[in-house]
Amino acid sequence: MSATTLPASLATTPSPAKWLRFDPDRTVHLSVGKVEIGQGIMTALAQIAAEELDVPLDTIRLLAGDTDLAPDEGSTTSSLSIEVGGASLRLVGAEVRARMIARLAQRLNCAPADITVADGAFLRAGVPTGQDYWSVAPEVDLVRPADGATAPKPIAEYRLVGRSAPRRDLPAKISGAAFIQDLVRPDLLHARMLRQPFRGARLAALDEAAIRRAAGGELRILRHGNFVALLSANETVAHRAAAAAPTHAQWENVRRLTPAQQEAAWLVGQPSDDREIGDPGPAAAGTVVEARYSRPYIAHASIGPSCALAENRDGHLSVWSHTQGVYPLRAALARVLDRRPETISVHHAQGAGCYGHNGADDAALDAAVVATLVPDRCIRVQWRREEEFGFEPLGSAMAISLRAVLDPAGKPIDWTAEIWSGSHVQRPAMGGNLLGHEALPVPAPDPRPTDPSEAAGGGGTRNAIPHYAIAARRVLHHLVPGAPVRTSALRGLGAVANVFALESFMDELAARAGVDPVTYRLSLLDGRPRAAGVIARAATMAGWVRRGPGGDGHGWGIGFAQYKNRSAYAAVVAEVEVEREVRLRRVWCAADAGLVVNPDGMRNQLEGGILQAASFTLKEQITFGETGVSSLDWETYPILRFSEVPEEIACDLIDAPEERALGVGECTLGPTAAAIGNAVAHALGVRIRDMPFTRERIAAVLLG
Amino acid sequence: MRIDFTVNGTAAQVAVDPTTPLLDVLRNELDLKGARYGCGLEQCGACMVLVDNEPVFACGREVGTIAGRHVATVESLAGHPLHQAFLDEQAGQCGYCLAGILISAKALLDRTPSPTRAEVVAALDKHLCRCGTQYRIIRAVERAAALLAHGEVR
Repeated sequence: MSATTLPASLATTPSPAKWLRFDPDRTVHLSVGKVEIGQGIMTALAQIAAEELDVPLDTIRLLAGDTDLAPDEGSTTSSLSIEVGGASLRLVGAEVRARMIARLAQRLNCAPADITVADGAFLRAGVPTGQDYWSVAPEVDLVRPADGATAPKPIAEYRLVGRSAPRRDLPAKISGAAFIQDLVRPDLLHARMLRQPFRGARLAALDEAAIRRAAGGELRILRHGNFVALLSANETVAHRAAAAAPTHAQWENVRRLTPAQQEAAWLVGQPSDDREIGDPGPAAAGTVVEARYSRPYIAHASIGPSCALAENRDGHLSVWSHTQGVYPLRAALARVLDRRPETISVHHAQGAGCYGHNGADDAALDAAVVATLVPDRCIRVQWRREEEFGFEPLGSAMAISLRAVLDPAGKPIDWTAEIWSGSHVQRPAMGGNLLGHEALPVPAPDPRPTDPSEAAGGGGTRNAIPHYAIAARRVLHHLVPGAPVRTSALRGLGAVANVFALESFMDELAARAGVDPVTYRLSLLDGRPRAAGVIARAATMAGWVRRGPGGDGHGWGIGFAQYKNRSAYAAVVAEVEVEREVRLRRVWCAADAGLVVNPDGMRNQLEGGILQAASFTLKEQITFGETGVSSLDWETYPILRFSEVPEEIACDLIDAPEERALGVGECTLGPTAAAIGNAVAHALGVRIRDMPFTRERIAAVLLG
Repeated sequence: MRIDFTVNGTAAQVAVDPTTPLLDVLRNELDLKGARYGCGLEQCGACMVLVDNEPVFACGREVGTIAGRHVATVESLAGHPLHQAFLDEQAGQCGYCLAGILISAKALLDRTPSPTRAEVVAALDKHLCRCGTQYRIIRAVERAAALLAHGEVR
């Protein structure tokens, strides 16, 4: 393997010494750049390293996400932590093992092939040598870069990878302190923010006396341009001040929103950056079928609002954040604060699940700005619930028009997806702003919304190209830079709405052709055995043959996608009952993600994706008021509740150990949305093409 | 103002404004971080604690109202079969909601040692989980009930 084909993480940090070391307490200390965001990745990475080294799993210690101590692996995004981070660790482990064995073989004057490893100890021709990693490590150069040429362990010899391992982080999380919110540092000063309503707004007046009265204790009001922080050693005081502050602040130059702008349809016809991908037109001749689908703006809606700590001591700024990427955050902070990156350390600390780019990085800047102005204290910024809903970057609304030309048998021979969407990634590294930057005396320039390239899996275009064998497939992408709210990466990006649309459309085409939806799909998957495999398996699991004619309020639907058209395959079957609202009864899922590292961890991610997508599909929509987001709590932004969880969820993992190991955090979202949509259409005999499928929308459809 | 109560079986005494949320007192005065801030609106359940064995949203409860009462947080559940059951079922993803859910589950099992699934769901329905772990959590509570019934506490 040449250096150019190294996984990205290893190419950036080729020295094994940066990844692992052998500590005197007979542990292996791993340093990784991917971070835990609720997906269980630390457990899987520990399994991969322990497997490659042949050490017991409980000897692995992990440090994740630290600009002082861990490799730069960019951000923990896009279901790439197994594919890229795990693959890197595998090669590092193989390299370290080989160097250790080579050194011992030299010492014992034997061939490296004579030496094997068991539980971290070296054997020669099966006989213990009395040596182990810890005794040999001082004599081995782990600094010299790895070139990826050392062959990893054969999969047939795996004994940890492929077996379920319990989550390393779970015991602490059910016992007490475990999160960034729980960190305690000396000289703690609690901070809450008064947020600028939108970029460009100017603080015209602030009734500080009224805020102090509401705070009810010692309070410092820190103003810096339009950036306002409320500081107190007493958290309750700071919180009360922040809750009261918006009503005591007058802003000028506030943008106004209209209810129409909260709908995906508003995006259609707005000025846009347009591009066309896929096969060129003109379209083939035949019967033309068209339909338009949509998804509204949705929130990450993390259960734990964003939090960050920062302290500026002796010219060095230390920041603790639940960011998805400590190095990108450090670079962004350095730019905003006009400091050299070397004067900033960013340490990852776990937060609640983020599901993409939420307020974590913005809270880190808030804390860093305050710490810069108030040195020698530890500044702890805790966003309020209303703040998280009101100011986190949202998942963009999308309108998707699909057009198919059908052959005489009713199969598509030409497919066009036309998409209107805001950006799906506006991280600071991609033209977006850290929120607080827009309020500083020298504010951020207006963001320049872009979208991930097709090489990166696309944003609004993600999964817009059908995986099916269709002669011509193309996408017209309208990226609307003037979306009325800040949008960025939310689990699955455009794939959720695109798969919902395309798999709904597939069912509509199957119905026109008078063919069962599963049969119809399989007929378009010749030569795509892994895709056909998951569809067939999910149909079998569900007992699809029992599916009736529908129209009686009881429906079954299927949805399928290969995430990003190059990652994990997932097919989902949903069974619903629809009266006044949709009741999700059962869900079956088959997934093929290649080599499985932690089967139970994978099932957990698949189940989580299914339930979160059910929540998106049935319940979620951000609403706008005059000055901004108006769905600011769990009553106005309801998500799936315990009483709405299906009575059965079954996930089968297709065994494909010879295939590359892939992440599964995002692969079930689109298929689940589509399966529910198709099940509802089957139950009602009427198609709903707009998410979410609320009681009001069902009523509107039933009333015709 | 001085307020006396017990937390996890131990006497506690704090001198704070009696309108301070119990959640802030537990986390900042008593260094018990298990009850978590989620919304401050009594809508998500991340802050749930027991007050005299009843589940209570600590974010909305003024500490002055609990003088003389008994508070229990998730830190008191070490060794409870719920712990083993949640680990057995791997009933967690990010885990932020779990402390509050364990508290409501504890209250349920104290009152109803062998709950039906409908009773489990009803007891947990005031809690939100964003990761979509509800299905595993329901199974974990049912497993805890079974462990209790069979005395299989490890």
